[in-house]
Amino acid sequence: MSSHPEDFDEFDLGSRVGEDQVAGAQPSEAPPTLRSELGGYLIGLALAAALTAAAFWALDEHVIYGPGIVMALIVFGLAQVGVHLVFFLHLTTSPDNTNNALALAFGVLIVSLIFFGSIWVMYHMNQNMIPAKALMEMRGG
Amino acid sequence: MSSPESVLRAGRDPYHIGHAPSTGAPEYTGHGAGGPAPKRIVVGYGFWIFILSDVILFSCFFATYTVLIDARNGGPGPQQLFDLHNTALETACLLLSSFTCGMTSLAVARHNLLWTEITLAITGLLGLTFLGLEAHEFHALVALGAGPTRSAFLTAFFALVGCHGAHVTCGLLWLGTMMAQFPAKGFKETIRHRYLCFSLFWHALDIIWIGIFTVVYLIGVITP
Repeated sequence: MSSHPEDFDEFDLGSRVGEDQVAGAQPSEAPPTLRSELGGYLIGLALAAALTAAAFWALDEHVIYGPGIVMALIVFGLAQVGVHLVFFLHLTTSPDNTNNALALAFGVLIVSLIFFGSIWVMYHMNQNMIPAKALMEMRGG
Repeated sequence: MSSPESVLRAGRDPYHIGHAPSTGAPEYTGHGAGGPAPKRIVVGYGFWIFILSDVILFSCFFATYTVLIDARNGGPGPQQLFDLHNTALETACLLLSSFTCGMTSLAVARHNLLWTEITLAITGLLGLTFLGLEAHEFHALVALGAGPTRSAFLTAFFALVGCHGAHVTCGLLWLGTMMAQFPAKGFKETIRHRYLCFSLFWHALDIIWIGIFTVVYLIGVITP
């Protein structure tokens, strides 16, 4: 691997990198400028900070109908995860990123099964359990 | 009639592995279109798989916390225990460190040692501040008598947030290693790939923290 300074490395999951081109891809455009890449990170930082602030604000100011706050917080959280994936991890739709996106989709499936599955199962189990107090009385005779 | 040279080459390499035809679209066999992916893509993919498995590990802790949030055994709950100002500060530290880690990536791509070291140092200091805030919070909780042995809820809380803190600690050790290796070994391909994995790890820790401050702290304090 050459180490001349033009040998650009892009620190993200995929996309183009100097001579590392997938075959059949278009000849690479000019290497990204510092300004454009920095701009991407700044947009990501601003969006993430805004979504974080929105989450804390929604909680503090009682601007949202009480029972809806949890859903609002979840939406802000998921949106911020998306912002991080796109602007910081640079998950894109380019050919080099297909495998990463598919692996992420599978990860999301497993995480959803574990998280929501556990909540669902445990909620129903708690509903159908004999309350601890009644159990004590039964044992005590 | 083919030339003697082409007959010789076909004999050595009958399927033209690694020999793109001089004209037309490249035809490779055995490695998918275009041959094996560049090392950098393969390294990033492998580490991405590890990160996803780590996220699945965390999802078990998240599920445990959510299920056990009411299991307090008469002890204190999130409303009495959590200081959201502290959480907001921790969040700011990690978000900014994720940003400065991105700045390091830009410096590394340009083989700029000075900026690489400066931005790595800032990232590390923000990470240390985060750990300090978390240690302070844990210490205050234990001093209140709300340690991990108090109730199932607190066990789940310390397990989840502590596991994330342990990851950040490992990340800081890795960050220190990178700060030493860039000056010592230069911007070699292996070192840059190592840094690629580190940056993925650090950004992923921030993503986990989004889940923690949302589920544990914010949703926690509005759970009656």
